[in-house]
Order: sequence, then C-alpha cells, then structure tokens
Amino acid sequence: MIARALAALGRPALGTLAALGRGGIFAGSALSHLLRPPFYAREFWLSCIQIGWLSLPVVGLTALFTGAALALQIYAGSARFSAESVVPSITAIGMVRELGPVLGGLMVAARVASSIAAEIGTMKVTEQIDALVTLSTHPMKYLTVPRMLAATLCVPVLVGIGDVIGIMGGWMVGTGRLGFNSATYMKNTWEYLEFWDVGSGLVKGAAFGFIVALTGCYYGMNSGRGAQGVGRATKSAVVAASIAILAANYLLTEVFFAA
Amino acid sequence: MIEMQGVQKSFGPKVVLRSVDLTVPRGESMVIIGGSGTGKSVLLKCILGLIQPDGGLISLDGQDVRTAPRDAFLARFGMLFQGGALFDSLPVWQNVAFRLLRGSLKRPQEEARAIAIAKLRRVGLGPDVADLFPAELSGGMQKRVGLARAIAAEPGIIFFDEPTTGLDPIMAGVINDLIREIVVEMGATAMTITHDMTSVRAIADRVAMLHDGRVQWTGTIAEMDETPDPYVQQFIHGRAEGPIAALR
Ligand SMILES: Nc1ncnc2c1ncn2[C@@H]1O[C@H](COP(=O)(O)OP(=O)(O)OP(=O)(O)O)[C@@H](O)[C@H]1O
Ligand SMILES: [Mg+2]
Repeated sequence: MIARALAALGRPALGTLAALGRGGIFAGSALSHLLRPPFYAREFWLSCIQIGWLSLPVVGLTALFTGAALALQIYAGSARFSAESVVPSITAIGMVRELGPVLGGLMVAARVASSIAAEIGTMKVTEQIDALVTLSTHPMKYLTVPRMLAATLCVPVLVGIGDVIGIMGGWMVGTGRLGFNSATYMKNTWEYLEFWDVGSGLVKGAAFGFIVALTGCYYGMNSGRGAQGVGRATKSAVVAASIAILAANYLLTEVFFAA
Repeated sequence: MIEMQGVQKSFGPKVVLRSVDLTVPRGESMVIIGGSGTGKSVLLKCILGLIQPDGGLISLDGQDVRTAPRDAFLARFGMLFQGGALFDSLPVWQNVAFRLLRGSLKRPQEEARAIAIAKLRRVGLGPDVADLFPAELSGGMQKRVGLARAIAAEPGIIFFDEPTTGLDPIMAGVINDLIREIVVEMGATAMTITHDMTSVRAIADRVAMLHDGRVQWTGTIAEMDETPDPYVQQFIHGRAEGPIAALR
C-alpha cells in the first residue's frame, strides 16, 4: 500500500528528472554547436523576426493591461496605509522585476514554443530533417542554434519594451483614474527605480527566451509520428516551457534577492 | 562500392530487416523491388545513417560507414525521399540549390539559381516553378523537385525512393531516362526503389528483391525474366496468388 503510493509518487518524479536530463543534454549539444561553424545568419534573422518582432504586439498588450491593473491594485492596498504616493514606484518595480518578464515570457512561450515545436515536428514527420542531414546540414546548427540565439537575445528586448509599456499603463490609470499629477507620477517612478530592478528583469527575459526556444526545439525534434505526434509535441512544449519559466523565475528571484 | 552484410533492423517487436546482404558495385544501377512495407526505405536510410541498424556491417568503398567522416561521407550522396521531403519554408529553386547555397559547395546566388533552373528543366519543370513554394505544387511536381535536389550537386551515389510514383506515364519515362543518363554519363552509382516494372526494366543493371527481411533474389533483368523463383515471378507479374501473402 505504502510502497504503491511511493511508487506512484516516484514514477513521475523520475520521469521529470529524466526529462530534465535529456533537456540538459540537448541544451549542451546546442551550445556546443553554437560555438562551432558554420553559422546560419539568414536563419538567425528570420528567427529574430518570428520570435522578436512578431511577438511585440502580444507582449506589448500584455504589459499595458498588466501595468494598468497593477496600479489599481497597489492603490487599493496602499490606500489602507494612507501611502498612495508609493503607487508609481511600486507599480514600476513590480512590473520590471516580476510581471514584465514572467507574463512576457509566458506569452512568448504560448506563441513561440508552440510554433517552433509544430514547425520542427512537422519537418521531422515529413522527413525534412532527414533531408537536411543528407544535404550535409546539421539540423542542430540549422534549426536549433539560430532559434535559441534569437530567443535569448530578443526576449530581453521584448521585456524591456514591455517594461516601458507597462509603466505607461500604470501612468494612464494613475493620472486618468487615480488623480495623480502626470509629472509627479513620472518623477516618483524614476526616482525609486534602480538599475538592477530593470537589469534583473532583462536577465530573466534572456533565461526565459532560452527556455522557450529550447523546449520548442527539443519537443519538435523528438516529435512522434504523424499529425498526432506533432500535436502532442506542441502541447508538451508549451506546458514544459511555461512550468520551466515559472520555476526558473523563482530560482532567479531567489538568486537576485540574495545578491 | 556499397556493401551490406547481415544488416538487421527492428522497430520494437517488429523485425523489418532480418539479415540483408547486398553489394552494389561502383557505377552500377541497382533497383530494389519488394512488397510494400518490406523495409526498402529503411534499408536506404540505414546506409545513410539516418536510421541506426541493430546489427550487421555497411561499408562504402571498404570503409565502415559508422567510422567514416560524416561530412565527407554525406557529401558523396544524393537522396530522393519517398515523400519528397521538400523544405516548405523555402521556394523551389532554393530547395534544389540547397547544397549550393551553403557549406563547402557554396557558390554565388545567381550561379546556384541558374544550376537549379537547369536541373528543374531536366526533370521536366519550367523556370516559372522556381519561385513557387513546395505547397503550391502537385504531388508529382514535388517529387520531381525532390529529384532535381538530389542530383543538383552531382553526387557520386544517388538513392531514389520511388522516383516515378505519382507521375503520368510520359513523365515517368522522362525520369527513367534521366536516371539512366545519370548513371551512364556521370558514372554515378544508383540505388532505386520502385514498384513500377517499366521503370525496373528502364533503369536497372541489376535487381534485388527484398522479402521477409532478406534479399530474396538478385540478378540482371534478363535473369529476372528467366528465374523460376516463385517470389520474383509473382512480383513481376503482379499475381495475387503465390508465396507472398497479400496480407502483411
Ligand atoms: N521510424 C519508424 N518507426 C517505427 N516503424 C517504422 C519506422 N520506419 C519504418 N517503420 C516500419 O518499417 C516497415 C518498413 O518500412 P519501409 O518504409 O521501409 O517500407 P517500404 O518497403 O519502403 O514500403 P513502401 O514500398 O510502401 O514504401 C514498415 O512496417 C514500417 O511500419
Ligand atoms: Mg518506402
């Protein structure tokens, strides 16, 4: 009875560890290919457009609404202590340290991890990956490296833009609805915002970008056969990327908190 | 020369290749026939290392393919996949010229494009398809683009997995002639899988028949017509009755 319960707990735990191990090996292999030529610049630029530029509307809207809601919530909380003047700075800090990177990362996971997994998975089941190999092109170099590099570089930029838009969202609510003076709001925002608040958020963004591309490529490359296999790979990529982002977010926050 | 000795491959409990022994001399055109699902495509992929065989030895010009330097090894091959396997993110001409646009065979873009268009013409496709995307082509056209891609870099060894399936009889004739030409003029070694007996007669120097995970029979075209082997006779005459079960 107890043994069975333990087994029921142990099996998924072992499965998770095994998946982490395989993901780690995959990431290591991708990194080793990153350091060796050839480098496919065209694929890299196309990935930057796909992952960075085309994610901008989604990430921007997410940040705008989040910043606006955050300002309202912080106002509701701080009013209880008659400390409404903290709204601009706390909104900005909450946005750039936590919600900007996390929600931006999750939106990118939904948009990008799924599309990478579906694209590479389809290439796998239609033998395009095999064809790449026979044309003397390493799939890891041609497909994975450009996407991982593009995501790791573009997501921090997205997060930075999201930060600005999120703070704007807070400002719109603060001045339009909560009666803040526009100049005071901006001044309060800038005065208490430290460089590392923004910097830590951008580092998180880079880590999340790496995670998104890694999971998308990993599940795509290991996709099962047929449409069902690709469907499952896509779903797994989004789930794994989202969970990994939240877990990595906690770990990174712990690290930055201690520093 | 490609040599296979005792090549085995199973997928889970399903044994596909039991023990395949086959030799393809340099500059020869070998055609592989055999029932659907007997592992012909798997055999070609084993040679290229796209599928790892479970046992046996495969060598190219005396060197074990597992220890051969991978890039130099693959650079000698061209492969037409059964499903075409065109890159759907690239236009047709970039598919054909894929090898000529990157890596050790890289050349200027205009030159690569010109070669791609010339190869497309050889498979009966005009220059107007060069800028289309694979999804905009019919199945037979995709197959021919795949063929053009396989021969674009003029490799010494070419594998064709069902090159004429899905083509009209005239186009099939064009492709048969093309494969024959590549072997005779360019001195290439070819392995072709086909179910089309007209193709077999047009392309083959030698024929090998795969059945039940082994090379059941091998010989020239003339020998194929003469042989009393009931498996070969049933196959080439397309009879439902015979030693090869219809259900597999
Ligand atoms: N990646 C794979 N995983 C599992 N089974 C496979 C895989 N590839 C091929 N098979 C199985 O191996 C067997 C042989 O497949 P193969 O594609 O070589 O057949 P074939 O002789 O080329 O047939 P056809 O003439 O229909 O193309 C089939 O039963 C197939 O189900
Ligand atoms: Mg086949």
